[in-house]
Amino acid sequence: MKDLISLEKLINSELTTKINSSVIRHNELKLSIDGEDLHNVLLFIKNDSRVKFRQLIDITAVDYPESENRFKLIYFLLSHENNLRLNVEFFIKENDLVSSVTSIFPSANWMEREVFDMYGISFNDHPDLRRILTDYNFKGHPLRKDFPLTGHNEVRYNEENKKVIYEPVKLEQNYRNFDYESPWEGTKYVKEIIKK
Amino acid sequence: MPKQTKTMNLNFGPQHPAAHGVLRLILELDGEVVEKADPHIGLLHRGTEKLIEHKTYAQAVPYFDRLDYVAPMNQEHAFALAIEKILKIEVPIRAQYIRVMFCEIGRILSHLLNVTTQAMDVGALTPTLWGFEEREKLMGFYERVSGSRLHANYFRAGGVHKDLPIGLDKDINKFCNSFPKIIDDLETLLTDNRIFKQRNVDIGVVSKQDALDYSFSGVMLRGSGIAWDLRKSQPYDCYNNLDFKIPIGKNGDCYDRYLCRIEEMRESVKIIKQCLEQIPNGPIKTNDGKISPPTKKDIKESMEALIHHFKLFTEGYRVDKDEIYVAVEAPKGEFGVYLISDGSSKPYKCKIRAPGFAHLQAMDYLIKGHMLADVPAVLGSMDIVFGEVDR
Repeated sequence: MKDLISLEKLINSELTTKINSSVIRHNELKLSIDGEDLHNVLLFIKNDSRVKFRQLIDITAVDYPESENRFKLIYFLLSHENNLRLNVEFFIKENDLVSSVTSIFPSANWMEREVFDMYGISFNDHPDLRRILTDYNFKGHPLRKDFPLTGHNEVRYNEENKKVIYEPVKLEQNYRNFDYESPWEGTKYVKEIIKK
Repeated sequence: MPKQTKTMNLNFGPQHPAAHGVLRLILELDGEVVEKADPHIGLLHRGTEKLIEHKTYAQAVPYFDRLDYVAPMNQEHAFALAIEKILKIEVPIRAQYIRVMFCEIGRILSHLLNVTTQAMDVGALTPTLWGFEEREKLMGFYERVSGSRLHANYFRAGGVHKDLPIGLDKDINKFCNSFPKIIDDLETLLTDNRIFKQRNVDIGVVSKQDALDYSFSGVMLRGSGIAWDLRKSQPYDCYNNLDFKIPIGKNGDCYDRYLCRIEEMRESVKIIKQCLEQIPNGPIKTNDGKISPPTKKDIKESMEALIHHFKLFTEGYRVDKDEIYVAVEAPKGEFGVYLISDGSSKPYKCKIRAPGFAHLQAMDYLIKGHMLADVPAVLGSMDIVFGEVDR
C-alpha cells in the first residue's frame, strides 16, 4: 500500500458501508464516518496488515456553533511503514457522547482529556476524564467559539489576605475585534457571507 | 497478620529545577520505588490556540516562538508551511535554504540545552556551562538575522522576513568548523562517564511497540530503533537536496536517546555547512504583493505598494477556505499544525500538535518501577519544554 489512491480504494472496499465519503487532499486521505463506527474503523486501519496506521498523532475537535451538529472530531493517524497520513472525522451534536479510543491507542488518553477540557465533549469508557490544561476548578470550555477571549476570571495575589484570589475579569478597555470588511481588488479569494 | 504496606504521595514540583519548567508530578512511592506518576500540566497554559483564532496570520507567528522556546524557528516553520500550502505559494530557493539553516541551528540549540541539562540532572555541572557558551553564540546568529535572541518572529508565509546580514554566513561557517570540537569535549565528559552511564543506561526503556502506541516521535522514537524522520520521509523545503544521516538507537533507554541527540547535532552541523555552500543569491520572500509586504523604497515610490502595505498591516492577507495538517521534524519530534481557514484573514482554528505532550503522557508508563532518583533522568531524556506541552 504505497500510495493514497490505492489506499482509498482498499479502505472503501473493506469498510464499504462505514465510510460516508473519502477524499484525498494535501497528501492526506480524509475519511468521513459516523460516530458509532469509530471503533471498527480505527481497529481496521490500525491492525490490517496492508494498511497499518499504527500511530495516533492527535485528536482534536472543531466548533461550528451555528450548525446543528456542533462539533467535528478529527483523528489524525500516521503509518510509518507506508509513509502515509490519514484522518478520520465525524460530526456530533453538542451533548453527544463519543466512545473513547484509549483501548486501541493508549496515547488517546490525554488527547481526549484535552478535547474534553477545551470543548466539553465527553468520552465514554475513558479511564480518567479530568481537565488537563486549564486551572483546577476552571469553569467553561475555552476553545468553544462562544467562550470570550479574555475569559471570565482573573487571578491575582491579594496582599491583605496573603493569598492568591480569583476575581471576575475587569478590563480598562474592552477587547476590540476589528472587522476589516473590504473589497480588495484583484484577489481570487471569495469571502463567504456568514449569517448572523 | 499480613504485612501491611503503605504508599507515600510526593509532590514533585511545580517548582523543581529538574522538572524543566512548571510540572507538578504527583508520585506514589513505595519506599523509594515509584508506583504511579500523575503529571499535572497546564500551569503554563496561555491559550495560544484561542489567541491565534483572534489574530491575523502574520500576527499569529510570534505565538509559535513561545511554544518550544528553545527552538523557536522550527515551530514558525510548520505554520509558514501550512499557509504556503493552502495559498500555493512558491518559496524562493534562497529563503528555503535560510529557513532550513536556521531550523538546524534551532535543533542544535535545543539538543545542547537538553543534553547538558540532562547531565546536570544526574549530577554533572560542567557540560551545562560549556554547552551554554555555544548556545549563546547560536542565539547571537538568531539576533543578527531577526533582531532578537529568542522570540525570533522571522519566518513568513512565502519566505523569511529579511535577508542574511553581511558577514553572517562567514560567522556561521566559522562556528560550524569549531563546534564539532565542542561536541567532542562534551562527549569526553559524558559518553564514557561511569556515573552518567549508571544513571542513564537501562533507565526508561521504551520498546518499539510502546513507542508507536504512545505516539512518540523524534528522538524518543528513533532511540527505540525506529528509523523515522520527517526530514527524510516527508521532506519539506530544501531537505531533499541535502545529505545527512538519521542516527537511531538500539535499546531505547535514556542513554541511547542521549547518543542520538549528540549524533544529530553533528548531522545538523553538516546540514548547515551544506546550506552555506549551496545557498544561491536571489529573493528571500515571494514577490506576490498580496502576501509579502513591500520594501520601504517601493512604498515611497509606488501607490500600489503603499496600499498593499496598509492592507497587509491592518487587515492582513486572506487565506482561502481549506483545512490542512502540516508536520515538521522539530528537535523534540513531530510538531504539527492543523489549520482551518475560512477565507478571512484570521484562522478559524489552529490546533498545535506538540511532541512533548505525547511524550509526557507516557511518564507513568516509563517511570513505573523505577527509583525516585530516576525521575529527573527520565524526564530529562524526554526533552520536555512546557511552552509546547501546555500551549
